[in-house]
Amino acid sequence: MSDIWTDRLSESVDGTLDAGEQARLAEHLKDCAACRATLAELERVVSRARALDDRPPATDLWPGIAERIGVTPDVVRLESRRKARRLSFSVPQLMAAGIALLLIGSAAAWLALGSRNRQTIASQVTARSAGPVALASWVDPAIAASDSDVVELRAALVAGRRTGRIDSSTVRVLESSLATIDSAVAQAHRALAGDPNSAYLNQYLAKTLRRKSEFVRRAGTLVSTRMTLRS
Amino acid sequence: MDYQDPGETILVNDPTTSAAVAEAADAALAASGDGRAFERLYRSHSARIHSLVRRMIDADEADDITQDIFVRAWDKLHTFRGDAAFGTWLHRLAVNVILGRRKQVAQDRRRHHADDEPLHQVATRRATPEMTVDFEEAISRLPDGARQVFLLHDVAGYRHEEIATLLGVVPGTSKSQLHHARMALRKYLD
Repeated sequence: MSDIWTDRLSESVDGTLDAGEQARLAEHLKDCAACRATLAELERVVSRARALDDRPPATDLWPGIAERIGVTPDVVRLESRRKARRLSFSVPQLMAAGIALLLIGSAAAWLALGSRNRQTIASQVTARSAGPVALASWVDPAIAASDSDVVELRAALVAGRRTGRIDSSTVRVLESSLATIDSAVAQAHRALAGDPNSAYLNQYLAKTLRRKSEFVRRAGTLVSTRMTLRS
Repeated sequence: MDYQDPGETILVNDPTTSAAVAEAADAALAASGDGRAFERLYRSHSARIHSLVRRMIDADEADDITQDIFVRAWDKLHTFRGDAAFGTWLHRLAVNVILGRRKQVAQDRRRHHADDEPLHQVATRRATPEMTVDFEEAISRLPDGARQVFLLHDVAGYRHEEIATLLGVVPGTSKSQLHHARMALRKYLD
């Protein structure tokens, strides 16, 4: 079976024939059973292609990848990566990280409610006044964002908005993300007050603080870069 | 008390937006050197990438090339700006790695002249009970050019203009190859 339309049937399947050609093909198909059958088969091929299942590799490739990129399950060669790459971070990425932290922080607080219900009010007060004792063993002060870093970032945002060197939408996103992260950290602290000896919550707070540190560092770089470019 | 990961709990509750947000966050974390975040991205995308490699090149090399792709992705993460989904960015990177490897293999083996014959063989072979060829197997027997175009267009969703750029051909060639591939494969529908 072959006629002038045979080689155009795929274009019909894809909807790329122009209106006139499509109309002429429709007329042709009324009288050509072979082309109708072929067209139906081509449509099935496309449907079948879209329904192909993706299968994971038979063996786990991650250990090999981890070895090649220089990470292990517990160790990340952060310093070597910092030296090797140009720092670049977009506003959508920063926003996404902030939102993720908010979700995580909210979840931590939600989880903590369950444990709080098993605590007496007195024990909560005691825990708060004593502070998260276990935290010290989890958080490395060197990796947590210092207050001065945050103050510096906020000042840069204010200056950038005032001078017009940073878009107001960018400032809003960064301020919102920072507030989100602070909220997440505060919620994690509150959760710890209800369950101060929870290794999980302590680890989680430590991780959140590390992420905050990374966010502040990257946001600071982004802001300074934009200030420089527009000066 | 046995805690589960709170992040996962909340993210799963809102799948329409949380997956993309979580991936963008993981990409940002991975770009800063977080190996665990990159492992999560690997877990999410390894099946799709491995399947792409297996279909476009060779099952025997799929593991090695998949590893190459993720290593390349790790090295290039700083170029991911979050304008598109991470999966889209990774897929494009994978296609580039695959096509680079394909070019290298083609140069080594000098197989260009053999394209027409396998297409004819696939197009005329009947799937008998004694020699059943399933759809995936039939795809693998397409000649290189037709197979690449078919996989990129019908499986991965690329447009002819994009495929033409990737493969270094004109869009008309991409359309023609696609049609030949489909015509051959219709014999192998389930």
